[in-house]
Amino acid sequence: MQYKSQAVAKPYFIAAIGLFIGQILFGLIMGLQYVVGDFMFPAIPFNAARMVHTNLLIVWLLFGFMGAAYYLVPEESETELFSPKLAITMFWIFLVAGALTIVGYLAVPYATLAKITMNSLFPTMGREFLEQPTITKLGIVVVALAFLFNIGMTVLKGRKTAISLVLLLGLLGLAVFFLFSFYNPDNLVKDKYFWWWVVHLWVEGVWELILGAILAFVLIKITGVDREVVEKWLYVIITMTLITGIIGTGHHYYWIGTPGYWQVWGSIFSALEPIPFFMLTIFAFNMVNKRRREHPNKAATLWALGTGVMAFLGAGVWGFLHTLAPVNYYTHGTQLTAAHGHMAFYGAYVMVVLTIISYAMPVLRGRAANCEKAQVVEMWSFWLMTVSIVFITLFLTGAGILQTWLQRMGDHPMSFMDAQNAIAIFYWMREGSGLVFLIGLATYVTSFFIKGETKAI
Amino acid sequence: MFSRKGGGAPLLFYREFPNMTASATPEETCSQETDGPPGDLAIWIFILAEMLVFGVMFLVYAFTRANQVELFNASQLTLSRTAGAVNTLVLITSSYCVVRAVSAIKQGMSHLCANWLSGAILLGGLFTSIKLWEFSEKFSAGISLESNDFFMFYLMLTFFHFMHVLMGMTILAFVTAKARRGGYSAQNHVGVETGASFWHMVDLLWIILFPLVYVIR
Repeated sequence: MQYKSQAVAKPYFIAAIGLFIGQILFGLIMGLQYVVGDFMFPAIPFNAARMVHTNLLIVWLLFGFMGAAYYLVPEESETELFSPKLAITMFWIFLVAGALTIVGYLAVPYATLAKITMNSLFPTMGREFLEQPTITKLGIVVVALAFLFNIGMTVLKGRKTAISLVLLLGLLGLAVFFLFSFYNPDNLVKDKYFWWWVVHLWVEGVWELILGAILAFVLIKITGVDREVVEKWLYVIITMTLITGIIGTGHHYYWIGTPGYWQVWGSIFSALEPIPFFMLTIFAFNMVNKRRREHPNKAATLWALGTGVMAFLGAGVWGFLHTLAPVNYYTHGTQLTAAHGHMAFYGAYVMVVLTIISYAMPVLRGRAANCEKAQVVEMWSFWLMTVSIVFITLFLTGAGILQTWLQRMGDHPMSFMDAQNAIAIFYWMREGSGLVFLIGLATYVTSFFIKGETKAI
Repeated sequence: MFSRKGGGAPLLFYREFPNMTASATPEETCSQETDGPPGDLAIWIFILAEMLVFGVMFLVYAFTRANQVELFNASQLTLSRTAGAVNTLVLITSSYCVVRAVSAIKQGMSHLCANWLSGAILLGGLFTSIKLWEFSEKFSAGISLESNDFFMFYLMLTFFHFMHVLMGMTILAFVTAKARRGGYSAQNHVGVETGASFWHMVDLLWIILFPLVYVIR
């Protein structure tokens, strides 16, 4: 580790992995509830399991992004972090607030949670992914501001590189767009319209900048390719991301009461959203092929390449499948959306966080790379998790296509629940793949505890 | 490589991709590491992606128009073809300025290069002014994105192009500033070629857009 203060990244990474495990467990619970409706009822009803599954995902990815920023910004800026103490304080605030919120979801009915946290004073609850009590949302803003201040000051006092600037832009956007979670108009169209400013402009906008910056950093480190080359790619990729992603928000505006032209804008621009992801894949493989050094951390290289490929497939190809308005007219809100969501989140954001953890954790623990045995186990976990997410995606795609057909097409469309019964076999197979994913995750965690001969830095 | 056929050759045809087997002149070897399109390779990836975006939009326009030819023709008559034609000339002239700027820097004349680039930026400014006047005419006539499909496309295509003109002007402004500081030379001027390539794309897109939206009936 080049700078002592980079060590603050470690608790962030550990918390991220811990919450990741929680997310997967709740995923398995609700996966089973799809086919065994009263499984664990009334202790964990489906709506609570779903909130925990999705909220944990977002929170652990945020932990991962913050850890990544605390790790890479000092190294990019060639200076110690502005305030390691602030970073650690914010870590505990974020972790405790996050944990309390999850406990709240599980311990009391959602309506009671709203009452306890005095939602009526400033109502922001009750919307998908933004279910957090208002007080938690305020906490997130405080943590985000302190974090931005800390990272921003570090960048200001040190060397300014394209990577840290793109990362900072992404993180700033993340904070700014989250503010729309406080806007909760009575008009449902407006509500949905701006709700997407958080949800879509995060994952198909500013998060992609964070993804690009983290990946570029790791690729420079493991390949030794010239910074200028990497930066050039980064700029081209993020420009395309913003051009396609911002107006691409329109693919959520087809059927919510917004003007009809969104069907044209949304279709065209979101159809082009795979382009930056495709560039990202080409970029990653190009850099690795042109490498000037053989970095001992093979596992990190595998994760980096995997991010490119899986992000392109999950976010790009599976997004394109149902993004054109005439197609979406039939597929909207079916299991196709879930298929896309699983592979996109895993391929883009889970994998990029695991990439930086894979690269940085050994360094934070005082070695350039883990021993060969640990790396082999980590690479096994890569394949187990990646292949099982591919199968989850394929099964959900099958479920989605069949659901669309049975429920919305043909001469005698079925009711929602009849269609759900008809596709139950896909849900069972998805649950099986989910179990393999859990085994992969357990393998991943195990890899941290395997000891062997390592090279010191 | 801009100089292969000389700076004064007809626009859009004045350069060709080099034959891969042809030996490069010493000047080219210095200004670029390998044979390939002028400017940075990254800008070409970007240009191709941009052309794809516009290409898709032109196609969707064509298909939508095919279903409502009469409406499109009637609405098209309300556009000012004169303004469109003048703007076409303005952009072509600005591209000419950029061509002269590239050939100037190839002879090591930084200031001349910067002056030609400034000319191109000024013409870009003229283009945007005329376009803004057109937009304000349409808006004051009560036309909006929701008026009909033709106007939706007209506003969308020309506004998206308008943003590209602004972006091109910004890029050229950076290149001009660097040229004034003497940041480029006869040997090293990839930056100028990069900016020039993007500007020519902006010009080329308008050359397709103008007949497509304003003229073809």
